[in-house]
Amino acid sequence: MTNAKFEAPPKGGFSFDLCKRNEMLLNKGLKAPGFLKTGTTIVGLIFQDGVILGADTRATEGPIVADKNCEKIHYMAPNIYCCGAGTAADTEAVTDMVSSQLKLHRYHTGRESRVVTSLTLLKTHLFRYQGYVSAALVLGGVDITGPHLHTIYPHGSTDTLPFATMGSGSLAAMSVFESKFREGLSKEEGIKLVCEAISSGIFNDLGSGSNVDVCVITKGNVEYLRNHVEPNPRTYTSAKGCTFTKPTEVLSTKVSLREKKAEVNEGGDAMEE
Amino acid sequence: MTKQQANWSPYDFNGGTCVAVAGADYCVIAADTRMSTGYNILTRDYSKICKLAEKSLLASSGFQADVRALQKHLEARHLIYQHQHNKQMSCPAMAQLLSNTLYYKRFFPYYAFNVLGGLDTEGKGCVFTYDAVGSYEKVGYSAQGSGAKLITPFLDNQLKSPSPLLLPVQDAVTPLSEAEAIDLVKTAFASATERDIYTGDNLEIVVLNKEGLRRDYMDLRKD
Amino acid sequence: MSIFEYNGSALVAMVGKNCFAIGSDRRLGVQLQTIATDFQRIFQIHDHLFIGLSGLGTDAQTLYQRLVFRHKLYQLREERDMKPETFANLVSAILYEKRFGPYFCQPVIAGLGDDNKPFICTMDSIGAKELAKDFVVAGTASESLYGACESMYKPDMEPEELFETVSQALQASLDRDCLSGWGGHVYLV
Repeated sequence: MTNAKFEAPPKGGFSFDLCKRNEMLLNKGLKAPGFLKTGTTIVGLIFQDGVILGADTRATEGPIVADKNCEKIHYMAPNIYCCGAGTAADTEAVTDMVSSQLKLHRYHTGRESRVVTSLTLLKTHLFRYQGYVSAALVLGGVDITGPHLHTIYPHGSTDTLPFATMGSGSLAAMSVFESKFREGLSKEEGIKLVCEAISSGIFNDLGSGSNVDVCVITKGNVEYLRNHVEPNPRTYTSAKGCTFTKPTEVLSTKVSLREKKAEVNEGGDAMEE
Repeated sequence: MTKQQANWSPYDFNGGTCVAVAGADYCVIAADTRMSTGYNILTRDYSKICKLAEKSLLASSGFQADVRALQKHLEARHLIYQHQHNKQMSCPAMAQLLSNTLYYKRFFPYYAFNVLGGLDTEGKGCVFTYDAVGSYEKVGYSAQGSGAKLITPFLDNQLKSPSPLLLPVQDAVTPLSEAEAIDLVKTAFASATERDIYTGDNLEIVVLNKEGLRRDYMDLRKD
Repeated sequence: MSIFEYNGSALVAMVGKNCFAIGSDRRLGVQLQTIATDFQRIFQIHDHLFIGLSGLGTDAQTLYQRLVFRHKLYQLREERDMKPETFANLVSAILYEKRFGPYFCQPVIAGLGDDNKPFICTMDSIGAKELAKDFVVAGTASESLYGACESMYKPDMEPEELFETVSQALQASLDRDCLSGWGGHVYLV
C-alpha cells in the first residue's frame, strides 16, 4: 500500500467514526449499553467566609453499586471546586477539560481564576452539546469578588444560589437546607449542615450512599475533607473468614520472571560473564 | 380527550432479597426488611417472611402487593385444609399448593419470587424455589430477589449441591451445622447489601428446627 | 439483548499484598452459541501491566491494538514503560473520545506501580474511571462476580491465597452466567 494512512494520536474533540456501525448494531436489535452513573447527592452552600461543597461517594450501574468510594468533588482551580452528578465519564471529562483551560488562562493572565470564568466555560460546553453531555454540576469557589455558588444543568442553564443541591438525592438534601439554612453560618455550622444534607441523601435515596466528602473553600485556603463521615461500615464479617471446600483445578502453570535484573540471586549461582 | 394512562403498569418492583438454606435437621430462611420503589425507600421494617404453617415459611420478594395477596390466599387455603383434615399442611404439600396457586394466574401472574423453606414430615430441612408462574424445584439452598445474582454464586461455591441428575439420587441438604449456616447467610447478606441498592436496613433470620421456630435480627447497611 | 452480552465475558482483578491477580473466562460466543473456547481477553502491555477487555470481541481486539500502538509510541518517546495510572488515563481518554459512538468494551486494568504497589481500575465503555482498593469486575458475569468477590475478599492476601480466591470467585460466577465459561485464565503478578 502506497498511501497507507498512519494513525497519529488525535488532537482532541470527539470522534464519531463508530456511530454508523453502532447504529447498525442497534437496528439489529441489540440494545445500547448503560453507562456508569453517579446517581448522586451533591450540595453546596455559602457560609460567612466562603463556600462549602459536599458529596456522597456512591457510583451506580443500574441497581448495582459499581464504586463504593468514588470522588465526586472535582478540582477546577486552587480556589474553585466542582461537584458532579450524572454520567460519570461526562462529569469527569468536562471538569478536567475546563480545569486545564483555566490553568492555561492563569498562565496567560497571571491572575487567580474567577468562578464566573469556569461557569461560562462549563455552560458553553454543555450548551453546545444540547444536553447530550449529561453533567449536572454544583460549582463553588472564592475569588477576588467573594464567594460564589452556582448550579449548572446538563443543557447549559445555570443558577446562582446561596445554597444548592443536585442529583437523585437533591430533594432529600434540599429539605434539610430549606429547614435549617440561614445566612452567615459559621464554618462548623456549615460543615455540619452539609453533612446532614448529604446524609439525608445517603440514607433516603437509593442512588446515593457510602461516605460524606466535604470541601471547604475560604479566601486563600481549601480544606478537602475526603470521607469526612463514614456512616456505613460493613455490618458483618464472618469470624472464620472464607474457606473453600474444593481447591481450584489448575490445568497448566507458566511462570515468567519479571524484571530479570531484580531476580539475580545474591552471591549464589550468578551467571559467569 | 386524549388517552392519558397508556403507560400505566399494574406492577411495581419493591426489591429485597430472600435466602433459604436446608440442613439435616433445620432450615434457615432469611430476608432483608427493606421495601423500596425506584430510588425511594418506602419502609425499612417490612418482613418478607410469612409463616404459612407450623413447619413451612414463605419468603418472597417482588411486588409486595401481589405477595401479600398471595400470602392471604395461601393462609385461607391452609385454614380450609386444617378444617378438612384436622392437621397442619406439610411443607412439600404447601410447596405443591404454592406452585398451583402461581400457575393458576399464568397469564396475569403474581409478581412474586418465592422461596419456601421448612421441615418435611421426617423433620429434615427442605427448600423449594419458584419462578413467578409456578415452576418449582426442591433444592438444598436458594436465593431469590434483587440480590439473588450476587448471593447465588457464593452459596454455590460454599455449598456445592449435587446434580439432580446423579444416580442414585443424592441428598440435597447442606452438610453445614445450624450455626455455620446462619453465619453463611449473614455473610451473604452483608456482601449483597454492599453492592445491591435494593437490599439493606435489617436482616430477618428465621430458623426452624425440632425445638420450634426462632427469629434473629441483624443490622445491615442503611444507605 | 445488550451489545455487551453479544459475545459474553467475565473479568476480575483483585489486589493482595504487593501483588495482584487478573482473571478472565475463555469463552467467545455469538449470543448463546459458543464459537471458541480459548479466547483471549487479557493482554499484557508490559512486564507488570495487564489489561482485560470485556464486551464485544471485535472492539476488544481493535482497542488492544490501538493501546499497544500508543504504548509503543510512549516507549519510543520516553524510553520507559507506562505507569499503570498513566495507562489508565490513556485508556480513559481513548474511550471518551468516542463518547457518542463508543467501543462496546469495559476495560479492567491491573498493574504494579512504583514500589510494587498494586493498582487496579475498571471503566465503563466511555471511560469513567473507577479506582478501587480491593477488587474490580466487568463483563456479563459482573453481578455474580461482585457477589462472589465481596464475600470472599480479604485484605492483604499472599499470592497463593489471592490466586485461590480469584479463581474460586471466577469459577463460581462463570457457573451462574450462561454467556461466559469454559474455564479461565488467571495472571498473578
